[in-house]
Amino acid sequence: MVDQDVKLVYQRPAGFEDCGTHYCPGCTHGVAHRLIAEVLEEMGELDNTIGVAPVGCSVFAYNYFNFDFAEAAHGRAPAMATGIKRTLPDKIVFTYQGDGDMASIGMGEIVAAAARGEQITTIFINNTNYGMTGGQMAPTTLPGQKTTSSPLGRDVERQGYPIRVAEFMSSLDGAAYVARRSLHDARNIRLAKKAIRTAFEAQRQGLGFTLVELLSTCPTNWGLSPASARVWLEEHMLPYYPVGDFKVSEAIQMGGK
Amino acid sequence: MAKELIKGNVAVAETAIRVGLWSYFGYPITPQTELLEHLSARMPELGRAFVQAESELGAINMVYGAATTGHRVMTSSSSPGVSLMMEGISYIVGTDLPAVFVNVMRGGPGLGNIAPSQGDYNQIVHGGGHGEYRLIVLAPASVQEAVDLTALSFDLAEKYRSVVCILMDGSLGQMMEPAELPPFAPLQVGQPDWALAAIPGRAKRVATSINIDPPSQERFNLRQELKWQKIKQAEVRYRDYYLDDAEYVVVGFGTAGRIALSAVRAAREKGIKVGLLRPLTLAPFPEAQLDALVPQAKAFLVVEMNNGMMLDDVLKIVKGRKAVEFHGRMGGMVPYPDEIEDEIVALAAGRFSLEDSPRDRWLSRLEEKIGTGA
Repeated sequence: MVDQDVKLVYQRPAGFEDCGTHYCPGCTHGVAHRLIAEVLEEMGELDNTIGVAPVGCSVFAYNYFNFDFAEAAHGRAPAMATGIKRTLPDKIVFTYQGDGDMASIGMGEIVAAAARGEQITTIFINNTNYGMTGGQMAPTTLPGQKTTSSPLGRDVERQGYPIRVAEFMSSLDGAAYVARRSLHDARNIRLAKKAIRTAFEAQRQGLGFTLVELLSTCPTNWGLSPASARVWLEEHMLPYYPVGDFKVSEAIQMGGK
Repeated sequence: MAKELIKGNVAVAETAIRVGLWSYFGYPITPQTELLEHLSARMPELGRAFVQAESELGAINMVYGAATTGHRVMTSSSSPGVSLMMEGISYIVGTDLPAVFVNVMRGGPGLGNIAPSQGDYNQIVHGGGHGEYRLIVLAPASVQEAVDLTALSFDLAEKYRSVVCILMDGSLGQMMEPAELPPFAPLQVGQPDWALAAIPGRAKRVATSINIDPPSQERFNLRQELKWQKIKQAEVRYRDYYLDDAEYVVVGFGTAGRIALSAVRAAREKGIKVGLLRPLTLAPFPEAQLDALVPQAKAFLVVEMNNGMMLDDVLKIVKGRKAVEFHGRMGGMVPYPDEIEDEIVALAAGRFSLEDSPRDRWLSRLEEKIGTGA
C-alpha cells in the first residue's frame, strides 16, 4: 500500500551519477556540486551543459555529474571554458575551481576571462587552503592561519595578505554578476543556490561573465570535526570574507529582459 | 585558382580559413603577428571564433577547450610563446585530441631576437612538454609549401587525433612570394563521436588527461606509440634534388634546406656530384630515404639554423657508416648560399672524417669565422 500522504523531500538530483564520492566527510564540495546539479535541472539545462573541472580536490568532479565534462590543466579552466563556449556558443559552460587553482596559479586566466565578458560561469570554492596536496597555504589563507606551509601561522609581513576574490573581480566591467555565499548552514546554502541560479540565468541570457564564490569547509586539513569546521568558517572566514552581491549588472537588475 | 603575391603568415592564416578553421586563439608575438591579425578580421566576418588571448598559456588552453568539441582549431606563435604553450600541448596529446599550431621560429634562447631561426627543432620534434608524446611536425621551405602543409595539417590532425606543428621560421613568415591558395572547402557538419557536445539523451563524455591508475596510463601511452608506428609508415614526406648520382648528400629543412638547394646547384655547376634531401616531415623523419642514400654517398653535410639538432637524428640513421659533417648558424643568423657552397666544395675535396665529432669541427670553424665576442 502506498501512503498517499508521503511527500518526497529528498532525492538524488537528475544531474548526478549514482556513485560514491572521494570527498572527505564534512567537506562542502558535495553541497556545492548538488546546488549546481539542482539549478541546472530546474533550468532544464542538464542536457545542454558542459562543465570544466580544475586541478585540486575537485579534479574528479566529472565523475559525479552525468553531463559532458572537460578536465583542465591547473588554473586554466577559464581559458578552456572560453575555447568550448566560443566554439559552441549555445551551450551552458561553467568552471568549478578551488582557491589554489583559480586565485593563485590561474589568476591570469580568470581575470582575463572576466574582463572579456566571457559568457561562462565560475563556481569558486574558497576553503582557505590547498586541499588536495594536503593543506598548504593558499592565496585565501587567513592572517595567522596555520597550514602545512605556514606552520607558524600566515605572517602577512612575509607571506602577504589574503585575496578577496569576489570584491576585486567585481571591478571588472565584463563581469555581470559576482557574489559570495557560504555553505556553513542551511539558510546560507539556500542563498548560495539562489546566487548560482542567478549566475546561470545570466549566462543563458548572454549578459556576461558570472562568478559565485562559495565559502567552504575543509575539516581534514583544518584538523576539525565537520561540525566544528562549520563553526570555524562562521567565526573566522565570514568576518574576512563577507557574503553578499558585489556586482549585479544593470541588465540582471532589470531581470535580464 | 591563380597565384597571388602573399606573405607567409597571411598565407597560412587564409589557408586555414579555407580548409575549415572554426576557432582560433592566439597572442601577438613577432615574427608571427600577421597571422593573428589576419584572422582577427577574417574569422568574425565569417561567423567563426577568434580570441586574442591574455597570454600564450591562455591561448593554448582555449585551443584545448575548443579541441574537445572536435572542431578545427589552431593557434600560432613564435619561439618564446611556444615555450609557454608546452604545458597545453602535453595536455592536448594526453587527452587524445586533434589540434594544429604554428611556430614561426626566431632567434634564442631567452628573449633572443626576431630574426629567423631553427633553434626549436629539439623542443618541437623531441618533446618540450612533459611526459611521453609525439607530434607530427611539418617544415615548409616556401610560402607555397606553407599553404600546402597547412591544408594537410588539419587532415593529419583529424585522421590520427594528433597534434600537428607547422614549424616555420621568421623569414618564411615575413616574406612575400607568389602562391596558390586552396579553394574554400565546405565546413564540417556535426561533431566526431568522441567530442564534447552536450547532446540530449546520449551518455556523457569526458575529455581528460588524467589516468590516475598507472596501468591505464601505460596502456594509453602504448596506444599512442602504436599510432605513431602507423604515422611513420604512412606520412613521411620529403623533397629530393639531384640525388640519383649524388656522391655527396646535403640534408636540410625549411629555410636552411632552401638555401642549401641554391648551394647544391652552384656546386653542380662546378662539377660536384651533390644532391639534397629536404624533409617536409621532421616527425616522422624520412629515415628510410636517408638510410637508402648511405651506400652511394661518400659523405653527408647537414645544414641547419641551429647548433646541430637534426644533425643528431641524421647521425643516428647513418650510424657511422659514412662521414657526416655539419654547418650551422645560430641565434637568428641565416647562412648565405656561398658559405654552404664552400662547405660542399670542402667536402668534395675530402674534408670529412668518421673520427671525432662533426659538431666539434664545426664549432672550431665557426669560432674562427665569427669569433666569440667574449
